[in-house]
Amino acid sequence: MTAQDLKETPSQTAGPYLHIGLSPSAAGFAPYAREFGQQIAGPDTPGRRIRIAGRIIDADDTPVRDAIIEIWQADAAGIYPHPDDPRHAQAAPGFTGFGRVACDFETGEWAFETIKPGSVEGPDGSPRAPNLNLWIVARGINLGLSTRLYFGDEEAANATDPLLCAIAEPARRATLIAASTESGEVPAYRFDIRLQGEGETVFLDI
Amino acid sequence: MTAPFRPRDHAWHPPARAPSYRSSLARAPSHPLVAVPQGLSELTGPVFGADAIGPLDGDLLRNFAGADAPVGERILLHGRVLDEDARPVPHVLVEIWQANAGGRYRHKTDGYLAPLDPNFGGCGRCLTDAEGQFRFRTVRPGPYPFQNHEPAWRPAHVHFSVFGSGLAQRLITQMYFEGDPLIAKCPIVATIPDARAVERLIARLDMENAVDFEMLAYRFDIVLRGRTQTHFENRREGA
Repeated sequence: MTAQDLKETPSQTAGPYLHIGLSPSAAGFAPYAREFGQQIAGPDTPGRRIRIAGRIIDADDTPVRDAIIEIWQADAAGIYPHPDDPRHAQAAPGFTGFGRVACDFETGEWAFETIKPGSVEGPDGSPRAPNLNLWIVARGINLGLSTRLYFGDEEAANATDPLLCAIAEPARRATLIAASTESGEVPAYRFDIRLQGEGETVFLDI
Repeated sequence: MTAPFRPRDHAWHPPARAPSYRSSLARAPSHPLVAVPQGLSELTGPVFGADAIGPLDGDLLRNFAGADAPVGERILLHGRVLDEDARPVPHVLVEIWQANAGGRYRHKTDGYLAPLDPNFGGCGRCLTDAEGQFRFRTVRPGPYPFQNHEPAWRPAHVHFSVFGSGLAQRLITQMYFEGDPLIAKCPIVATIPDARAVERLIARLDMENAVDFEMLAYRFDIVLRGRTQTHFENRREGA
């Protein structure tokens, strides 16, 4: 093999019909007994139940209605259910850490229910503010967009989080922080993602 | 702890804003990406168990079929998932989706006049084996038109979604077929700046694995980011 043969396979857009492969029930049919990403935390998973919702907005101020968002998060104790997390054997029961949600075809609204993640140690051993990793794919997006969602009611932890601190402009930093919203019994957060222009969300090279 | 993944070469991937592909113009961030030192959240990623995959999930000839088989050119689509050091990536989820033989998708928003095939759904999934190998049975998808600057047709293609061993390896791409003259005319293919990178998305006809009087075979290998040589230890944030 040549060096080019061993470079990473180049990305291509997921296109407008990505639901067929990633979430066929959203496309209108159900060939699989179970779709992945439908449940991040099971009924017996300990932790504080939360609901997160938002929209993805494009440069024309129009909601993106054909995107899929994937979520990867730690459990309430800050443990990832993956063998490379040294504490993975203690990960919460019924917790996959993985969610996949499609935007509504009419409104663009997306939402998922999960538990609030605990703090995870960063590469330097210091704790990071609780956060979720998001990955966005859609028609017009050539390489999946990575970002993080932090919680508006974690002001003290957010104030010392290395990533948030590395973003100098307060207005840009604020694009990664989901606002607490008053709604019902389950604590809810609002996280609107702006792809381009005024209030553009910070996207990450992970 | 495992070593971090190598940085992604953004000059090799398509840029976010690619003028040939009209849909990218309003959906491309204008700020540069902010680099994040990899920690546990990037080095780990979703794990999928074999118990959740049904026996027909990777067989698109049968996973939506009624009494009859789908119409079209029957193919075996197979390959390996490797990293940049040619190490197999075992036990990871590979998902595919595609149009039917006439270029029509089974999707509520596809209004193309070519008909649906009542025996074809168009999605499949499997886990790679211990050597990183995957295999699907399907029909070769047809090309189809889409809205762009000028009359634009997609070459025949299969969408691929791959999970690596960590979140930083997550990748979605498209696979094309050797010899298709539409590849050179496609505005989405043209988002990729380097012709050698385009070559990497073209599956090769693989007569050795064709099944006589049953199906042709195409081979498509996928490479995910490799690991750095130094082990991961107490790197400072931002370093």
